[in-house]
Amino acid sequence: MSDIITVKDLCLWYGSAQALHNICMDIPDRSITALIGPSGCGKSTFLKTLNRMNDLIPGVKIKGQVCYQGQDIFAPSVDVNLLRKDVGMVFQKPNPFPMSIYDNIAYGPRTHGITSRIQLDEIVESSLRDAAIWDEVKDRLKKNALGLSGGQQQRLCIARALAVKPKVLLMDEPTSALDPISTSKIEELASALKENYTIIMVTHNMQQAVRISDQTAFFLLGELVEYGNSEQLFSQPKNQRTEDYITGRFG
Amino acid sequence: MKHKKQLLETVIHGVFLILGLITVGCVLLITIYLVVAGLPAIGKIGLFDFLLGDTWASTETVPSFGILPFILTSVTGTAGAILLGVPVGFLTAVYLAKLAPPAIRQAGAFAVSLLAGIPSVVYGLVGMMVLVPAIRTLFHVPDGASLLAAIIVLAIMILPSIISVSITALEAVPKEYEDASLALGATPVETYFRVSVPAAKSGIAAAVVLGVGRAIGEAMAVMMVSGNAPNLPSLFQSVRFLTTAVASELSYSSGLQQQALFSIALVLFLFIMLINATLNFFLKGSQEG
Repeated sequence: MSDIITVKDLCLWYGSAQALHNICMDIPDRSITALIGPSGCGKSTFLKTLNRMNDLIPGVKIKGQVCYQGQDIFAPSVDVNLLRKDVGMVFQKPNPFPMSIYDNIAYGPRTHGITSRIQLDEIVESSLRDAAIWDEVKDRLKKNALGLSGGQQQRLCIARALAVKPKVLLMDEPTSALDPISTSKIEELASALKENYTIIMVTHNMQQAVRISDQTAFFLLGELVEYGNSEQLFSQPKNQRTEDYITGRFG
Repeated sequence: MKHKKQLLETVIHGVFLILGLITVGCVLLITIYLVVAGLPAIGKIGLFDFLLGDTWASTETVPSFGILPFILTSVTGTAGAILLGVPVGFLTAVYLAKLAPPAIRQAGAFAVSLLAGIPSVVYGLVGMMVLVPAIRTLFHVPDGASLLAAIIVLAIMILPSIISVSITALEAVPKEYEDASLALGATPVETYFRVSVPAAKSGIAAAVVLGVGRAIGEAMAVMMVSGNAPNLPSLFQSVRFLTTAVASELSYSSGLQQQALFSIALVLFLFIMLINATLNFFLKGSQEG
């Protein structure tokens, strides 16, 4: 399996506080990578570096290299909007736009220049189908997306992210605001999506990491402590600190 | 002890109630006064002749009290000010709320609040000394005191309300919406215009209505730059607004003339009520999202 993202010696500062220390990590294509660790350990920061959403925070300084498909994403020639089209994101709190379900999905494709109604209809349907929410919303595509339940909103947000045909999907604790049934739906969805997409997911739920991820990265205080096959990391962690964390001794 | 506290509580409630009633009382008093003072003249002149008569000659031996020129001037003047002021104000608000670097944002916000604090007589004075002569030379008209001058002054005067209310509405847009848009690969400007502005639209609409209210109610500044002749509105002609019609004649009026001025005030008041109702409608809309 080839690596779609390779990270070399990534350091990140918020002002003078260093949030990431020399992260090195290769992320294989079409797999699910879980990022775990206690709050404030840098895993969300790391996630947001991969599609350069950290650029928006004033005072951020980044050193090191992140390559997406072999191309350094911090190179001046990189169009950050195209990077974000390829590396999509799903946020912790479901955040559909206050517009119709249809317009939510069509927003991304329209941004990237698709205006044909037929094409948009197709994209909306296929994205909603891929996000396993088509049957629930197909009769009310013109209704406001804010009328959906939290779990439905989150799947809508996944569909919205899929609509611009990304290769990578970053998920920042996508189920932490959801009930268990919605959570299991999102998990099933993630497992199905890895056929075609690379998923990188921050989670606080270690069972979730075990259940769905292929490899897991454990972050602590801005350092990548251990990274490897999920089954192995959770059953026979190599590092004492990983063991302490996953057995619940701290964090 | 407990009784004492309860008594104090009741007294304070009472004080607040009375203070609140003062505002309501003032509004009621003004409304009743305007209706009582304004209706008789309308009765004598005839509603039709009053509202739709196109000649105002209040001091003639056979006076004529048609306020259509004032109504149309107020409406076109306000519309013109909105047409000029809203695009400028709205885009300024988007820039200051979303795009501007912090230093410029602060300077901009300061300028806007300063603009709001300038007394209208100063706007009128500057308009009179700068704008009116400029219009005269630029457009080769005999007198620059005109509807156009009033429109420009009003457009500038409504900027602060439009800008500050729009900024508030734009800043209230949840950052999550903008993040979602940026994460889909939209540029910041695309994001602001396609996500933030639509999400803030009822607040922005409220800003526009507020601007309409300010423009239609302004008297001093427009009186100083509009020439004040009761003509039907025409861009380069001297015109008189509903507000200035009342202000300019009240000091020397008597009898039916004075009563008619109250009727004009009543018409103006109805306009303002209508605008306020519209404003409330939009504000309600923004609360419900």
